[in-house]
Amino acid sequence: MSDSTRVLGAPVVRREGRDKVTGTARYAAEHTSADCLYGWIVPATVPTGRVTAIRTADALAVPGVHTVLTHDNAPRLKEPDDPILAVLQDDRVPHRGWPVALVLAESLEAARAGASAVHAEYTTTGHDVVLTGDHPGLYIPEEANGGHPGLRERGDAMRAFEAAPVRIDATYTLHGLHNHPMEPHASTARWSDGHLTVHDSSQGSTAVRNSLATALGLDRNRITVVSEHVGGGFGSKGTPRPQSVLAAMAARHTGRPVQLALPRRYMAAIVGHRAPTLQRVRLGADRDGVLSSVSHEIVTQTSRIKEFVEQAAVPARVMYASPHSRTEHRVAALDVPSPSWMRAPGEASGMYALESAMDELACALGIDPVELRLRNEPQAEPDSGRPFSSRNLAACLTQGAARFGWNDRDPRPAAREEGPWLLGTGVASATYPVLVSRSAASAQAAPDGSYRVRVNATDIGTGARTVLAQIAASVLGTDPENVQVDVGSSDLPTASVAGGSSGTASWGSAVHKAATALVRRLAEHTGPLPPDGLTVTADTGDETAQESPYARHAFGAHFAEVAVDSLTGEVRVRRLLGMYAAGRILNSRTARSQFIGGMVMGLGMALTEGSTMDPAFGDFTESDLASYHVPSCADVPDIQAHWIDEDDPHLNPMGSKGIGEIGIVGTAAALGNAVRHATGARLRTLPLTPDKLLPYLP
Amino acid sequence: MKPFAYLRPASVAEAVRAGAGHPGARFLGGGTNLVDLMKLGVESPGLLVDVSRLPLDRITRTDDGGLRIGATVRNSDLAAHPDVRGAYPALSQALLAGASGQLRNTATTGGNLLQRTRCPYFQDVSKPCNKRAPGSGCPAREGAHRDLAVLGHSQDCVATNPSDMAVALAALDATVQLHGPEGERTVPVTDFHRLPGDNPDQDTVIRPGELITGVVLPPPSDGAVSLYRKARDRASYAFALVSVAAVLSVRDGRVDRVSLAFGGVAHRPWRARVAEDLLRGAPPAEDAFARAVDGELEAARPLRDNAFKVDLARRMAVGALVELTSRAVPA
Repeated sequence: MSDSTRVLGAPVVRREGRDKVTGTARYAAEHTSADCLYGWIVPATVPTGRVTAIRTADALAVPGVHTVLTHDNAPRLKEPDDPILAVLQDDRVPHRGWPVALVLAESLEAARAGASAVHAEYTTTGHDVVLTGDHPGLYIPEEANGGHPGLRERGDAMRAFEAAPVRIDATYTLHGLHNHPMEPHASTARWSDGHLTVHDSSQGSTAVRNSLATALGLDRNRITVVSEHVGGGFGSKGTPRPQSVLAAMAARHTGRPVQLALPRRYMAAIVGHRAPTLQRVRLGADRDGVLSSVSHEIVTQTSRIKEFVEQAAVPARVMYASPHSRTEHRVAALDVPSPSWMRAPGEASGMYALESAMDELACALGIDPVELRLRNEPQAEPDSGRPFSSRNLAACLTQGAARFGWNDRDPRPAAREEGPWLLGTGVASATYPVLVSRSAASAQAAPDGSYRVRVNATDIGTGARTVLAQIAASVLGTDPENVQVDVGSSDLPTASVAGGSSGTASWGSAVHKAATALVRRLAEHTGPLPPDGLTVTADTGDETAQESPYARHAFGAHFAEVAVDSLTGEVRVRRLLGMYAAGRILNSRTARSQFIGGMVMGLGMALTEGSTMDPAFGDFTESDLASYHVPSCADVPDIQAHWIDEDDPHLNPMGSKGIGEIGIVGTAAALGNAVRHATGARLRTLPLTPDKLLPYLP
Repeated sequence: MKPFAYLRPASVAEAVRAGAGHPGARFLGGGTNLVDLMKLGVESPGLLVDVSRLPLDRITRTDDGGLRIGATVRNSDLAAHPDVRGAYPALSQALLAGASGQLRNTATTGGNLLQRTRCPYFQDVSKPCNKRAPGSGCPAREGAHRDLAVLGHSQDCVATNPSDMAVALAALDATVQLHGPEGERTVPVTDFHRLPGDNPDQDTVIRPGELITGVVLPPPSDGAVSLYRKARDRASYAFALVSVAAVLSVRDGRVDRVSLAFGGVAHRPWRARVAEDLLRGAPPAEDAFARAVDGELEAARPLRDNAFKVDLARRMAVGALVELTSRAVPA
């Protein structure tokens, strides 16, 4: 199809871009009306315990305060599908920051003032918020996030490790990380004639609708959840969050629309975080660098109310050939906020440790780190034995190396100076699984020759509308501009969440299927189209129910050059280059943005972002964007993203793999490896702030 | 909402009267810190006296060749002023090292001097803090204090002053002009901010109702060169881990004039008088610089997690003096 070749892959501009930069795109908190009440959460101020009394009289006396909801008077919920949504139902405080009251007022300011006038009393017992490698509560979970087994063993990794002539045994520490999308979580809820409409900042409004239906005990068809424009999520909006339940509950209780937007400072406790991990990696190899044993053991935390296990040992099941392997997760439930998805959960954290350890092995052997990885390329997926549908890690490494200018690299550490700067380069691999979920879509041909596609996809800033138009246009043989795309409402055909880098594959498969069926219908149709046009609906339930016989993953390679200030220990990035093999790239402009965005987030993970759990208070110390350091523009240097065109017939009709997360995977390791090359210091705790570098500087 | 009165006085005298007549009054400049603190509940003034439109927005030469900076001069304008860039580069560099472009466009000179610490416990009203709630305790001593003080702190408070500008002003021997109910007075910048002692709720020596009207820089000394260096966790929009402002002149192969101030290490800009005394008349060489700075930093009492700041301060100060020596015009 020549149209397909022309349309798919083209750098089509995001269709809602102009609305966003001119401020006409409306976000969840911007669907208020004159009769709206505004909410402000009262967070628990103890690390754990029970509420013994909440006095609301002072709050109710604040001018403009309408209602204060607490567990004493809030509407009862049915048991929600996620325990974090069971807010204001009982006196339990599972962690500091848990909502214990919701103040509703005529203005945001009055709600905030009212919240500060709510007096809560608590009983507390000792709290336990510090993760340690020997925490007595650690256990091996049956499953880690994504349904992966908590423990996998092949052969005898320990014996093979002991027998290996070259061994690396290193422990890496990652503190908690926060998603902090630009748009804080927000909901505006409104009841009308028994129907609930919620504008929610979410990565999937179908999931929010279903959760609300469960929690409120309502039929799903009495709820509409709209997520028309979303200012990022990075996983924190991938599951329904308490603001939607609270806003819906409050709107029902008061009979008025309610807007509830989370202040930035409350987000760390309420919207999930990447859990800290202590990761021990043991690699055994022969003197040529061929691995005989790979062991990756994770220690991490979850909350008291829900088990979420960052699956950081999972990438070691995919990456390198080794006859012996042990990949294990251990988790302890602490009195901390519930961790959850943050961009590439498992891969981002686990590949930091694994790819740092591979660099340590390369250094120990005196083998170039690109070459070491090439020597350990597997024939099939190591853990499952399944063949790869496509695996172009080697091409990413070699072509990335050529583009970056890696091949004349002097491997000696701390050997390059430029004024006060110590220069170094590093490399790391990246991987991310191909995920796909069931979705439905409709495609309509109008009598005027235009088309309309409807699917409850969510555009969280990635360009989903645009690429779905491209997919539909490629099938229909028309221009993308001729295809209207409706997304972002649970009233549309049901579709999956924008998460796991699966959105385009999942929604796109449904759109492709519907559009293909529409082409057939149009071919059969004679005469002019009826006034309503022709509409067909497709559902990918059959396709997604089939398990692929292939191991399907995207791969990539990250190359980094850093300069370390030999006086202050400040690390500044000079260059980052990512080379990806992610199937067919469907929109080169938005894909590049996704790759680069992931790399910037990886830069933050490596150098600037770190969260501190306060042992005394049980909360995260860095609670605003002045103290939680996401990279600023000045931190972001020359970043390039390139890709290899893969022709993989085992994926989906578009031939695409996900691209939203792989950019963060391995970036931190590449930077850490570059810092080691620059300074000679092998630092195994992120972020690499000056305090950590100073002891190793001349 | 929490009600407060708002007043926009037409003159300094009216502003001072209003401020003095209302115990809960706060002067409002750019509002980049005060308004945040009001939202957090840390500050709840009964009266905001908006001084940002007073005619204090000029930068003028003084009779002796110095510079007078009005209190409402915006940080961006001050950093870009040709006389500041030319004669007081450390001040320009310090301003540009602070905050973000948007904040610098709004923040005023007077407000910058009065900004509060960014200690996380000070900013969280659900926790104790002797600075915010005297007598409630200081959780930072045992808590998250990597970014806090290593010099001059007390049992009651380990907060740091967050200003970059004030560090440069301290090294440049600037004075603060104050206008209060009892008239006008001037205070050297080095004496303007306090050490915490047992009353850390007082950041400065400013008296009730006193308004900062300006800052005066003495004339630059002949042959002196200056710089400001700041180490931080990211390249922009981060407070100093440690910063250093230094002024140096060399005469006859000896250090003539030297002044050195640290930021990010204490409750106030830390003027390194001990090091300066050791340096005056010494050869301008790295080992002499190191000895002098070590002499200053003997007073450091780092906390569990911030000992790195002592090393960082030493490295940066010595580095700054070496750099200035290479630039100093031999006289």
